[in-house]
Amino acid sequence: MLRIENLSAWYGEAQVLREVSLEVAAGEVVTLVGRNGAGKSTLLRSVMGLHAGQRGRVTFADRDVTKLPAYKRARLGLGWVPDDRGAYATLTVTENLTLPPRVGPDPWPLARVYEAFPALYSRRDSAATMLSGGEQQMLALARVLRMGARLLLCDEPTEGLSPLLVQQVGDLLREAKKHGVTVLLVEQNLHFATGVADRHYLLAEGRIAEAMDNSEVRSRERELLAYLGI
Amino acid sequence: MSGFLQNTFNGLVGGAFYALLALGLAVIFGMLRVVNFAHGAFYMLGAFGAYVLLAEAGVPFWAALVIMPLALGLLGMVLERAVIHRLTRLDPLYNFLLTFGLTLILQDLVKSRYGVQSSPYATPAELSGTVDFGLFDFPTYRVFILGFTVLLCVAVWWVLGRTRVGMVVRAATERPELTRAFGIDVGRWVTPVFGFGIALAGLAGVLAAPMRAVNPLMGADLIIVVFAVVVIGGLGSIFGSVAAGFGIGLIQAWGEAYLSEFPIVSQTVVFVVMAAVLLWRPAGLFGREEAPA
Repeated sequence: MLRIENLSAWYGEAQVLREVSLEVAAGEVVTLVGRNGAGKSTLLRSVMGLHAGQRGRVTFADRDVTKLPAYKRARLGLGWVPDDRGAYATLTVTENLTLPPRVGPDPWPLARVYEAFPALYSRRDSAATMLSGGEQQMLALARVLRMGARLLLCDEPTEGLSPLLVQQVGDLLREAKKHGVTVLLVEQNLHFATGVADRHYLLAEGRIAEAMDNSEVRSRERELLAYLGI
Repeated sequence: MSGFLQNTFNGLVGGAFYALLALGLAVIFGMLRVVNFAHGAFYMLGAFGAYVLLAEAGVPFWAALVIMPLALGLLGMVLERAVIHRLTRLDPLYNFLLTFGLTLILQDLVKSRYGVQSSPYATPAELSGTVDFGLFDFPTYRVFILGFTVLLCVAVWWVLGRTRVGMVVRAATERPELTRAFGIDVGRWVTPVFGFGIALAGLAGVLAAPMRAVNPLMGADLIIVVFAVVVIGGLGSIFGSVAAGFGIGLIQAWGEAYLSEFPIVSQTVVFVVMAAVLLWRPAGLFGREEAPA
């Protein structure tokens, strides 16, 4: 579904990604873990086409998208769930949900979104920034599901959420996976990561330091947490 | 009492011009992050175009009211494609240099052909005379300006607030990069939005022709107050620019009527208000602090 080959990225003079290569198969949920500044968010932004200084190749659904602008990548089925949740203050909740065009084979109808998220339905005509942090996170996820995105790029969707909401995000991602949606996830919460993901990449200083499966992450949890500084 | 009402009415009419110009500046700034210092020049071109159409081709006011906004909107779109869009990646200083330079070019082009004297433009016959409001009479043409402008502002507000196009413009104004990540080709909307803002300036110019002296510098005089209006309303805020436009029109009219023995006060009151608003709310009355991309 997604193949990244020798991706390097810079912020000005500073190189933040060094020849990163990884693959995510269709229907897989894969996480990127790593310390702050390891390049996780930059990697996601590069896949979305939002990072200008980069070199390497990104292939999505057998198509080389390296040179495509972000809006064309989105129309091919990339769903963007930004770390700040991307709620528009000048758009209502419904408008936030319906802003992206439908792109994939299986977009959620608005009615289904509201059925799954009653809290969003009851606030549908409010400005999206009036929602609580947890509701804004649900909105961000619901938006890419309504869009019908085939690959979700989620930047720390559990950050700052209560345990109950973290569980809801997990349920939602598992539900999406069941319907064939692929997910690339930046995540610091290892417990959450092993609960939803199939595989994990540890990113360190702009490189893929290790590829791990769930059992490996679980058995080395203590060591990894110490490394991540959590 | 009737004197006060009359001053109020005059203030609203003056404010209507500020509102139309500030509205155009607001949508342009929102979408392009460009402050268009050439806006006054397009207002002048609107008025001058109406004058030339009538004097040299016999084209009446009503036709000019359609032709000039369309023609200037088109010119705006060409300029956006040719030069304005290059500003996005440059230091804001170039924004000032380019659009201010455009103003000088447009003004001098008109000056070199028609001189600096004011040209008279007759009020269209259908709108001459006065309307009797009981307590006072008011020129029909001014009533028309006020009604027309209010309708136009409501229409723009409706399009921006209630349609898919408006939703995209709002989203792209608030967070352009995020909006691209949601599959929307923001760049495609930039040129028509710029053209639309310019068309509003041209429209204001045509409306001004029968009421104000048509000369190459008419925009330069007005635009300074319009920028104060935009700053007071909040740069990029649609509602703020319209509300502040009418508000400043009122304050100016009242100032001129009741503070006429203190000309220094009545001429500077707009800028005093601006300074006070900025101290109180640095982003303007209805402005928002810039969100991250």
